[in-house]
This record gives sequence, structure tokens and C-alpha cells, in this order.
Amino acid sequence: MPWTRRHLLTIEELSLAEIGQIHATATAFKKILGRSVKKVPALRGKTIVNLFLEPSTRTRMAFDMAAKRLSADVISLDGASSSTTKGETLRDTAENIRALGADMIILRHAAAGSPLYLTRFLDIPVINAGDGAHEHPTQGLLDTFTMLEHLGSLKGRKVVILGDILFSRVARSNIHALTKLGAAVTLVGPSTLVPHWFTDLGVKVSHDLRSALADAEVVMLLRIQHERQSSGHFPSLGEYTSMFGLNKTRASWLNPKAIIMHPGPINRGVEIDSELADGDRSVILEQVTNGIAVRMAVLYLCSGGQPESVMPTTV
Amino acid sequence: MSTFWIQNARIIDPAVKRDAIGDLYISGGKFVASLSVSAKKSAKKIDATGLIACPGLIDVHVHFREPGQTHKETIATGSRAAAAGGFTTVVCMPNTAPVADNAGTIQLINDSVRRDAVVRVLPTGCITVGMKGAALAPIGSLKRAGVVAITDDGDCVQSNELMRRACEYAKMFDLPIMDHCQDHSMTVGAVMNEGVMSTRLGLRGWPNAAEDLIVARNAILSEHTGAHIHLQHISSRHSVDIIRRAKARGVKITAEATPHHIALTDESLATYDTHFKMNPPLRTEEDRRAIIAGLRDGTIDIIATDHAPHTDYEKDKEFDFAPNGILGLETALPVTLGVLVRQEKFKLPFVIDLMTRRPARLLGLPAGTLNVDAAADLCLFNPDEDWTYDAKAGFSKSSNSPWHGATLTGRVKTTFVAGKIVFTQGKIL
Repeated sequence: MPWTRRHLLTIEELSLAEIGQIHATATAFKKILGRSVKKVPALRGKTIVNLFLEPSTRTRMAFDMAAKRLSADVISLDGASSSTTKGETLRDTAENIRALGADMIILRHAAAGSPLYLTRFLDIPVINAGDGAHEHPTQGLLDTFTMLEHLGSLKGRKVVILGDILFSRVARSNIHALTKLGAAVTLVGPSTLVPHWFTDLGVKVSHDLRSALADAEVVMLLRIQHERQSSGHFPSLGEYTSMFGLNKTRASWLNPKAIIMHPGPINRGVEIDSELADGDRSVILEQVTNGIAVRMAVLYLCSGGQPESVMPTTV
Repeated sequence: MSTFWIQNARIIDPAVKRDAIGDLYISGGKFVASLSVSAKKSAKKIDATGLIACPGLIDVHVHFREPGQTHKETIATGSRAAAAGGFTTVVCMPNTAPVADNAGTIQLINDSVRRDAVVRVLPTGCITVGMKGAALAPIGSLKRAGVVAITDDGDCVQSNELMRRACEYAKMFDLPIMDHCQDHSMTVGAVMNEGVMSTRLGLRGWPNAAEDLIVARNAILSEHTGAHIHLQHISSRHSVDIIRRAKARGVKITAEATPHHIALTDESLATYDTHFKMNPPLRTEEDRRAIIAGLRDGTIDIIATDHAPHTDYEKDKEFDFAPNGILGLETALPVTLGVLVRQEKFKLPFVIDLMTRRPARLLGLPAGTLNVDAAADLCLFNPDEDWTYDAKAGFSKSSNSPWHGATLTGRVKTTFVAGKIVFTQGKIL
């Protein structure tokens, strides 16, 4: 089946086959990343603009790196240096970027739905690098890629996502990817941050850490933002840690082979004990590395590349 | 003043329970029982075969943006949109720039109305100074300047104590208080209904409870003070229940529903289309059904549009940043007929009652009937005509409608205000 999608906006709209194509393409690119010359000419002559209107370190650098590995020219623009601070609308900014000759826009934006909005008037591919609390599709793809590397298949496997689910685009993208891949997903955290509405997405919601973690093969932690305290979502970081922080004792409830994941940035000592973050079950830095291969796959496919032609076009 | 002989219409006048095929006569700006033989000869005859003749529609909730936001709408353009939609009386909200919290601003609005309006445009004034919810506006002076109600529409008075005093004070002047029921502390940053859809879309939710709490507060304060509180654009099923119980106790509250809240749900937001963004937000199918049930049993008294124009460039934004509100006047009748008559099998005279006699009675307006000697405010419409609504070709200055491009059934043919044709054949006269 050929790849036909030009934009990557959500995982919700991807088919299982498309997720498989991205993962397969990422596997091929990951091999290239292990070579001494880590570059292929796939996107030579193309200009990719990283439009990051919300702060980001990992995602922005990973997209930057991925585009460079594909030999594209990359321009990165952040919120502070863009004209949006002078009152220019997102539409005008994006149309100007298009007029300057960009071949693709990667957008990070605080407003949910903004990448879809760009596709209504832009004729170039748009890649969602995180839109508000909606989706962060490349994160969901790299997380499931990492899980598949460790578990082989996700069918029927117990995956727990723990933390601030309500405000998390990472959680939503992972929920969609994991349910499509057949995993049994449980969301855990305080009831204020894990509302029951999520069950409609085909996952379980639990506020009991012990039963949720029991025998899970993957636990994914999400960052707890201290701002949620002032909005009344939980009393204090200390109480959060005492109720839901992952520590050694609680990690012992997991399946003995379970992996521990976190999309970063980590608050050591809040949602996860420092020791566990650095321990041998942690795959947190593997996630970061895989993020480059997965994003190479996404940039390559959405530029018109086909999954099966990855290897022949490489040097 | 022209004399008109409207022939062979289905005449529906809920005020006198009239529903029959017949003729209507207009002379001297009023409905008359008959015309003399010579007057009949010279009268302008309108063949209304197949058309409904009903009192001019009344909308107690529109935003005409004048003064101060005339890039969105003016009294001239808004009143033309009203005429094209069959409305002959509309009530303007005071959230203009500056807000209508003093007699001078009301006078300015009334001057524009006299100069520019093609239908009857009645102003409301603010409850509080600057619509800031801190101190009472000069409500007595507003009444003297001609407001028909007071409201801080969009900025619901949060202080229960201040709302209580506003009720007591306004009652002295027999002024209804219209309230947009929203507890602000529960809706910070909210842009859509809180529920499954907001969870999926990652948008901040506005829970039903934030409306329900203020609806309950208002029922309690109305009972406590005896003031008439009119609850604007009810969107939550629990609110319908609260209103039903309060009315059963005889509490003097009334309520309105918009065409969009009875026609649409938050499922429409799946593509983040800002033409479905309004406040209160579209809610679930359960809520929609409860509002229709409320209209059926009289819990909700009337239909009102909350006609809220915004320019294309204001709506053409990220969903979070686009302003709330949609147009309503030019689509209200066909959308309401579609939902209530064709889908829900309400009787046509009952639906016309929701848009004519009842809103008139709610504000004590001398309108909403075809009776002899009443001012000849009349709407002639074809209930079965299909037409495609082009919001950009409409009479409003803005085009922010979720029904742009939709095929609607039911079309206004001619609108009369005080015995003069103001709209006919798709044109404003």
C-alpha cells in the first residue's frame, strides 16, 4: 500500500497500516543513524521550517536533526523571534513562510487544532509537533516504536500512562497509537487530572496506583506541572509524589521486565525517583534517540517518499 | 401610507389562536378588518397563495455592535439582516464600545435607530457600571432613556449580593433582568463544552454546572425579590430541569433557547471550525434534546438568536483565539422550522408563538399579533421553499454562520414594519 498522506496532524486519523509504515521506515532510518556518515540525500534541495510558537528543546532539536540527516535545509523560528509577538496572525506568518519558498512546515503551537487550521490554506505539508493539549503524533509514534523494540508486539500488553493526562497531548497521541496497536491501556493519576471522559477513547481510567501498576509491562510517566496546583487540580507536588510518584517500592509492582518511559522534561523526585529515571529499566534516552529516526520517517513520507524505497535512495 | 390586500395566505396569529386561509388588510400602518370597495380597488394586492402570514418575528437577543464595533455590524446592517429574516422587532445587547451603561449611550443608539434602522430596534442597558459587575448602573435613568431590560450579557454578574440588589432595584421600574448564566470561576480559558469531545480535541471545557449554578442562583433570587429574571440562551439539560421546577413553584423566571442550541451539538467541533464557537457552547445530544423538551412543555418560553457578528479575519484564527458568536437573524426561521416542525413535529402555530407573541409578552411589547388596530408588522414566508444560504451575500456586515452554504427549507418572502414593506423578493426596500 503506497503512502498517500501529506500532513501528519494526529494519530487518531492514522490507520494501523500507516502506523506500521512509519515504524518500518523509521527502522530503516535507524540503521543509517548507526553509520559513520549519518546522512542521506532524500530531501536534498527541500526547505523545512520549524515553526515553534511554544517552548521546546527535545522535539525541536529532534526535528532539526532529522531534517538535517535527510539533507534538507532547515530554518527554525521560535515564538519570541516570530512576528506573532508583533500581532501577526498565525495565518499570515504561515503564508509568508510559504511565500519564502518553504516546502514543509513543522508547527508547535499552544492552540489545539492549529496544524489542521494551517492545512486549510497552505498547499505544503504540515507536521504537528504538538498542538495544545490535543496531540503530539511524532511523540506517540516514537514511544510506540520504542515499546515495540522492547516488547515485540503490543497486542494485549498492559501499558500504564501515569500523571497529568487531562492537559497532555503526549497522552492523547499515545492513547490513539496504543489502542490501534491493540495494547490494554490504563490511565492513572488524580481524578482531577484523569477525568472519566477518557474511557470513551477505549482505555481504562484508574485512581488506584497499585492495581493499575500490577503486572504492567510499560509505565509511561508524564510531567507534573506545578501550575496545576494553583488551579486546584491537586494540593501540592509533595502530596502528588506521595500518592502517585513512581518509586522503587511501586516499581516492584510492575512486571519484572517492565520498561519505564517519560517524554521529558523530567521533574526528578516529583513524578519519578531519580534512581529509577537512571535505572536499567528506564528507556527515557532511547526514546529521545528513536525520536530522530521516527521524525526522519515522517518527514520523508510526508514529502512524497515511499516506505519501500528508503534503503535504495540512501548512500 | 400604502394600503395592502394580502390574499389567500395561511394566516397564523397565535395571540388570537387564528390559523386559517384568508386575506389580510393593511391601511394606515395598521391591520384593519376590511377595506372599502374603492380602497380594495386601489390597494396593492399581494398573492400569498402557499405562504404563511404571521406576526413579524421578535428577537430579544441580538448584538448590533453599535457604537464602537461597527466593523462587525451596525444598526443599519443588523436591522436589514433582521428584516431579511422576517424579524420586525429586535432587542440589542449593551456590550458595545463603550458599553450602554448610561442614558447618553442609549440616546446615541436610539438616534442611530431612528436614522438607520429598517425594523424596530430596542436597546437594553447594563446592570452594572462598565459591565464590570462591581456597582449598579443608573438603572432608573436607563429606563427613562428607553431600555426594555437590563443585562450584563456575556459578563454575568458574579456577586450574588449585587445581583440581588439589581433585582430589587430593577423591580421598582418593572424592568426585566436578562442574564447570561455563567460562573466565571469554572470557565477560565474554556472554549467549548466539557465532555467527551473536549477531551478528544484537547480543548478547555466549559461544564454544564457553570450554567446550572447561575440558573439556580437566579431562580432563588427571583423568588426572593419577586423580580423577573430572563435566562438567556439555555444550553444545559440540568438548567432546563432547574427552570421547570422553579416555574412549577410560580417563580417569575423566563428562558430562551437559540436555534443553534436546538440544531447542533459539540460533535460539530471535530474540525475546530470557529463558526461553531459560541458562548454558551454547543453541548451534547442529551442537552439538545432536553432543550427541545423544555420548549415543548413551556419550560423554555421563546426562541432568541444571540445574533453575534464577527468579521472573517476575527473568526479566521486558531480555535482558542477566535471570538465567540455566530450570526442568527437570517437563518433563525428556517433552522427553527427544520428542527421543531419537521423533525420534532411541533405544530407550526406553536413555533410561531415562540418567535412572536411570547417574546412580545415577555418584555411587554405592543407587538406580536395580526389583530385589527395592531401595528402592521408582518412576515410572509414560504415554509416549503428550499434555498441555499450564502452568508457572504446576506445583509449582515459579517458572515460568521455555521449554515453558510447549507440548503435550508423555509424562506422569508416579504417583511412589513408598521404597514410598510421593508424586505421583499430578496431585497431591502
